[in-house]
Amino acid sequence: MKRIFLTLFVFGVFAAMVLTALHKNSTDTPPLTKLKEQYSAKKQASVDHSLFPQLKKKFTRPQDVTAACISCHNGRAQEVMHSSHWQWERTEYIAGKGIRSVGKRNILNNFCIGVTSNEQSCSRCHVGYGYANDKAYFNDSLDVDCLACHDNSGTYAKGNETAGMPDKKVDLSYVAQHVGLPTRTDCGTCHFFGGGGNNVKHGDLEEALFDPTKDVDVHMATDGEDMQCVDCHTAQKHQMLGKMYSVSSMNRNRVRCENCHGSMPHKDNVLNDHTLKVACQTCHIPEYAKVNPTKLFWDWSKAGKLKDGKPYELKDSNGTDIYMSIKGSFKWGKNLKPDYVWFNGTATHYLLGDKFDPSKPLDINRLLGSYDDPDSKIYPVKIHTAMQIYDTKYDYLIQPKLYSAKKGDGGFWGDFNWQTSATAGMKAVGLPYSGHYGFTETRMYWPINHMVAPKEQAVKCSECHTRDDGRLADVGGFYMPGRDYNPWVERIGLGMMALTLGGVFLHGGARFVVSRKRKRNS
Amino acid sequence: MKKEYIYHRFERFWHWMQAALIIFLGVTGFEIHGAFSFFGYEQAVEYHDIAAWTFIVLIAFAVFWHFTKGEWRQYLPTWTNLKAQADYYIFGIFRNAPHPTKKTVLSKLNPLQKLVYAGLKVLIIPAMVGTGLVYMFYRYPQHNQVLGLNISGLQTVAVLHTIGAFLLVSFFVAHLYLITTGSTVTSNLKAMITGYEEIPEAKDDLHAKPSTTEAPVATAGLGEVIK
Repeated sequence: MKRIFLTLFVFGVFAAMVLTALHKNSTDTPPLTKLKEQYSAKKQASVDHSLFPQLKKKFTRPQDVTAACISCHNGRAQEVMHSSHWQWERTEYIAGKGIRSVGKRNILNNFCIGVTSNEQSCSRCHVGYGYANDKAYFNDSLDVDCLACHDNSGTYAKGNETAGMPDKKVDLSYVAQHVGLPTRTDCGTCHFFGGGGNNVKHGDLEEALFDPTKDVDVHMATDGEDMQCVDCHTAQKHQMLGKMYSVSSMNRNRVRCENCHGSMPHKDNVLNDHTLKVACQTCHIPEYAKVNPTKLFWDWSKAGKLKDGKPYELKDSNGTDIYMSIKGSFKWGKNLKPDYVWFNGTATHYLLGDKFDPSKPLDINRLLGSYDDPDSKIYPVKIHTAMQIYDTKYDYLIQPKLYSAKKGDGGFWGDFNWQTSATAGMKAVGLPYSGHYGFTETRMYWPINHMVAPKEQAVKCSECHTRDDGRLADVGGFYMPGRDYNPWVERIGLGMMALTLGGVFLHGGARFVVSRKRKRNS
Repeated sequence: MKKEYIYHRFERFWHWMQAALIIFLGVTGFEIHGAFSFFGYEQAVEYHDIAAWTFIVLIAFAVFWHFTKGEWRQYLPTWTNLKAQADYYIFGIFRNAPHPTKKTVLSKLNPLQKLVYAGLKVLIIPAMVGTGLVYMFYRYPQHNQVLGLNISGLQTVAVLHTIGAFLLVSFFVAHLYLITTGSTVTSNLKAMITGYEEIPEAKDDLHAKPSTTEAPVATAGLGEVIK
C-alpha cells in the first residue's frame, strides 16, 4: 500500500514538473522570419505608366494631370475626397464634449497654432489644389492632388504659399509618367516636416527616415526590410489606417504592432504578461529624435523682435533655430527618453472657444486612460510645451493670423503686430476678440510610434523596475515590483532585522564573557 | 558523551536544500524588491522563479516524508518545558546549566523549536508559497478573458510576500546564532551534517528516554515505534 502511494506520489511530482516545463515552452515561435520574408519582397508595378498615351503629353495645369489619372482610375478621386487627407476633419466623439467635426481645419495646436486664416501657406500639405481660405470650394475632383502621394520620381514638390499648387519648376509630365504606390519620400515630404521644419512636431518622424539605418528604425531601415509607410498604414479606398491624437479622439482606425507581431510575441512569458498593460512602443522605442533634434518648447511671446526693422533668426552651434522673429524662441532635444502615460486610445481636445484657467498649463490634447481601465496601456509620448497667445478677457486661446500675403493684412509674419494678428485671426474663426491678449503655457501629447529599435536595444527590465528615477517613476495607479514598496513594512522589517541581530550579539557576547570568567575561575 | 543518531539522511538533505534555496530566494527576492542590484533584474526574476519551483518540489517531498514517517508529530507545539526552555536561553545558558530537554531521534526539537518551526511550516512558508504563486500566475485584468488569476492589483500580494521575507531573514539570523547553543558550540552543526550528535550523559532525563543509540530501521515510522 505504502509503495503504491509512494510510486503515485513520485509520478505525480514528475508529471507536475514536466507540465510546468511544457507550459513555459508553449508560446508560438514569433513569425518574425515569415514577416521578414514577406516585406523583403519588393512590390513590382503591374503597369508602366510612362507608356500610356494619356500621360505622354505636356501638362501645364496640375488639374489636367488629375483628369488624366481619373480617366482610367475612375472613382478614386471621390475616395480621396472622403478621406481626412482631403477634408482635414472628421466626425469624432470627444469625451465630455460629444460628437464634433474636428481635424486640422479647426483644432489648435501649440506649434503654428491653427490653419484658419493661414490656408494659403498651410495647404502646402493638403492633398489638393487651391485650398486658399476656409471658403475654398471642396467639391471639384480635378483639384485632387494625386501626385503628392503617388509620385515615384522624387521630383514632385508643392510651392510655398501657393494654396497647395505644385512648384513652378516641377515637370508635371515626367512626374505623371512615374507614379506608383506612395513611398516614404511622398509621405515624409509632409509628415516629417509638420510644424514648419524637420522633426518639429513628432520627434519620431523626420528626414532621417528617408534613408535610415536599423539603429534608427528597424522597419524602415534601408539596410534591412526598407518598409514603406503604406506597408503598415494600409488603405482601403484611400482611407488610410492610422491617425494622430493631436487631432483625433476615438479608439478606432489605429495601426497596431500586434497586427503583424501578435499580442504575445516574446519567447519569455514574463515579457508576454507585460503586453496586457504595456504598449510595444514603450519598451521598443527607447529613444526618439535619434538623428535630428525635435522641438520641445516654443515661446511665441518672444516673437516679433526686429533688428533694424527687419526680422532675423538665431541658430545654435549645431545650426538649429533657437530664435526666429516670426515664431519666437525654441528649445530642442535629441536622443530623448519618452515620457510615459496611461492611454486607452481616446483623447480629448481643446476646441476653439473653450474657456480655460490661464493660471495653470492648458492641455491642448490629453490622452485618456488609467491603470484601472482595461483598455489602457502605458504608452511613450513626447510632450511639447509652448507659450501661446490667448484672450485675457475671454480666457480662450486665440487663433492668430500668421501668414501674410501683403503688409497691413494683419498677418503676423508681415506686420509683427499681435493685436492686428489676433483681430484678423479671430474674425476668420468667427469668435469675439476682446482686444486684450497675453501668453499662456500649453501642452501637447504626441504618442511615439516610430523609430522602433532593434530588439537588442529594447528597454531593459531595470530601467523601469528600479527605485531610483526609473522610466515609469511618474506613471501611477499600480504596484510595480522593484519600484514600489510599503514604507511601513520596510521600516518595521528592517527594524526587526536590526533587533534580531542586536539580540544575537548581546546574547552571544554575554555568553562569551561568562564562559571566559568561568574558565578563569576554574 | 555519547553519539546519537538524530537526523535522517533525507532530513539532512531537505534541511540543506531548504537552507540554500531560502538564501538564494532571499537574495534574488530582495533584488526584485529593489533593495540592491546583483544578478540584474531580469536574471533575478528568472532565478527566483526557478528556485521557487525547485522549492515547491522539495516541499512536496518533505510533506510526503513528514507524513509517511510520522515526523510531523515532532512539530506539535507543547506547553511542557516551554518555560524551562525559555529560562534556559535567558538564564541557564550563562550558568552552564544542562539543556532542559533531551534531544533524541524521537524528540529532536525542544519546545521553543517546536513552536517556531511549526509557525514556519504552517504560516510563513505556506504564506510565501501562496503569495508567490499568486504573483507568478497573476495576469492583469482584461476583457472577456480569464488568463490565470484576475485580480485588480499586485500590491497586497507583494506586500504580504515582503513581510514574509523580512520574517524569514530575522529567523535566519536567529537560527544561525542558535546553532551555537548546543552542548558544544559546533555540536548542532555537526549533527545536521553527519546526522550524529554528541550528547552528554545525563542523569535527570526530563523528556524522553533515549530509545536506542542505533538509528531506527529506516522504514519504521514514528507512529509504529511509539506503538
